Amino acid sequence: MAAPVVIHLEFGGGAELLFNGVKDHHVTLPSQPDPWDVKQLLVWIQQNLLKERPELFVQGDSVRPGILVLINDADWELMGELEYQLQDQDNVVFISTLHGG
Amino acid sequence: MTDEVGCLKAQLEEKDKEIVALKNKLAHLEKSNASVLELYEKVTPLTPLKAKASLSNEDIMRYSRQLLLPELGVQGQLNLSKTSVLVVGCGGLGCPLAQYLAAAGIGRLGLLDYDEVELSNLHRQVLHGEENQDQAKALSAANAVKRLNSTVECIPYHLQLSSENALQLIQHGKPLVSAGALRMEGQLTVYNYRGGPCYRCLYPVPPPSETVTNCSDGGVLGVVPGIMGCFQALEVLKIASGQGSSCSQQLVMFDAQDARFRSIKLRPKQAGCAVCGENPSVTRLVDYEAFCGSAATDKCRKLNLLSRDQRITVQDYKSIIDTAEPHLLLDVRPLVEVDICHLPTSLNIPLSSLEYRKSEHIQLLQESISQLKQQMEGDCRPPVYVICKMGNDSQKAVQVMEKMSGSEVDSITVKDISGGLMAWANRIDPTFPQY
Repeated sequence: MAAPVVIHLEFGGGAELLFNGVKDHHVTLPSQPDPWDVKQLLVWIQQNLLKERPELFVQGDSVRPGILVLINDADWELMGELEYQLQDQDNVVFISTLHGG
Repeated sequence: MTDEVGCLKAQLEEKDKEIVALKNKLAHLEKSNASVLELYEKVTPLTPLKAKASLSNEDIMRYSRQLLLPELGVQGQLNLSKTSVLVVGCGGLGCPLAQYLAAAGIGRLGLLDYDEVELSNLHRQVLHGEENQDQAKALSAANAVKRLNSTVECIPYHLQLSSENALQLIQHGKPLVSAGALRMEGQLTVYNYRGGPCYRCLYPVPPPSETVTNCSDGGVLGVVPGIMGCFQALEVLKIASGQGSSCSQQLVMFDAQDARFRSIKLRPKQAGCAVCGENPSVTRLVDYEAFCGSAATDKCRKLNLLSRDQRITVQDYKSIIDTAEPHLLLDVRPLVEVDICHLPTSLNIPLSSLEYRKSEHIQLLQESISQLKQQMEGDCRPPVYVICKMGNDSQKAVQVMEKMSGSEVDSITVKDISGGLMAWANRIDPTFPQY
């Protein structure tokens, strides 16, 4: 069994509006047989945090186009994307891209 | 004799001064006449920008405070003077960007915008003034920039950047200093610079168009694009002068609420990128609006979700009020907009509360409808009219309410008011505020 994982989730660029406008979430992912990866995290967020319109956040088993995922201040592409195994105290940011001004 | 010589000398000196003053006046007039700018409606080839061999005394005085910086110096200043920059959009970002580039002595500024100046632009688009309303933004910005620094060559383009004209305006391989700002947040990245990723490396698939919010929908505090536009100017000046930008492969995020900047390392240039990768599938420009499924403008689009008999006009609604026909007027805008203005009899339940069946709001709706039903007596379907700002959300709300009718609430006849409160202000009540 993998121990529970405590992580910090952040939503920005408007993505926080899908989470009641709350940008910061400190969450504990419960103990489970395998280590938590980002793919499972997305499912957990949908089931536990997402208040509105899931289609504006996820598409298939990944995030929708236009949302960047950052793990510990780096693009998730550099970290293994959906397969990245979450560590205790990780910081995961979901940021919607802004257009114009 | 000596008196006479002295007197003549003094007179000559006086006349010489007068000649100098007249020459200065003439030069000034000629300069200001020459600076009457022509607005370009299409792209025409320009003469190449000439590199300055050295700085004039006036240049030295004007730029002295930045020439003192070892990071810039004379060579950096000369580099700026031979650089052309195209500013795409003369709005909240483009105004401060163009202003600082011109002030710093950039050689040539293309100022591109398809739009005209409106009163609601002035809180953030700080090159435009009240007297510039209805004028092309590109021209208004160019005139403001010209007043600031007449030595900068300004070319105002009154058009939209498209696959038709982009390659005429921008040479292949130029870096892109891109920023966005909305509500209380800003983002900045430098693309296509020193081997870093291009825009398509980072965003291979465009976002669904309904997820892209513009300033006229989401709102923006003017100083936020102001800060991001200044940041763009900084990176452009560093690139143009030769110092180089440190924002390639970086996303800089600005949170105005927490007054916090963060820089995030992005993925490198992608070998599989459709545009800049090893086997690019995009080999010529595509229609970008078609690719994104969204217009490249800040204007709100008009939805058409309902049939004609599901909608009434503002004139129809006016006569409903005038004849005191019993009905419920439902305003589905968010509370922050209802605070700006609303019709006196309206009940406010935001669209999102209807969509997600917020219990306290659904209860309020049930009560209001059953009251109306009692008031109307007999077996009828009480009329509910739905209104919002422009008539888009009201249509979505009608679709939601039709599903609720007869189950979650009493059976109702629900219609939306086409064009919303802005149509009401335009056609019925000119004293009603517009935003």
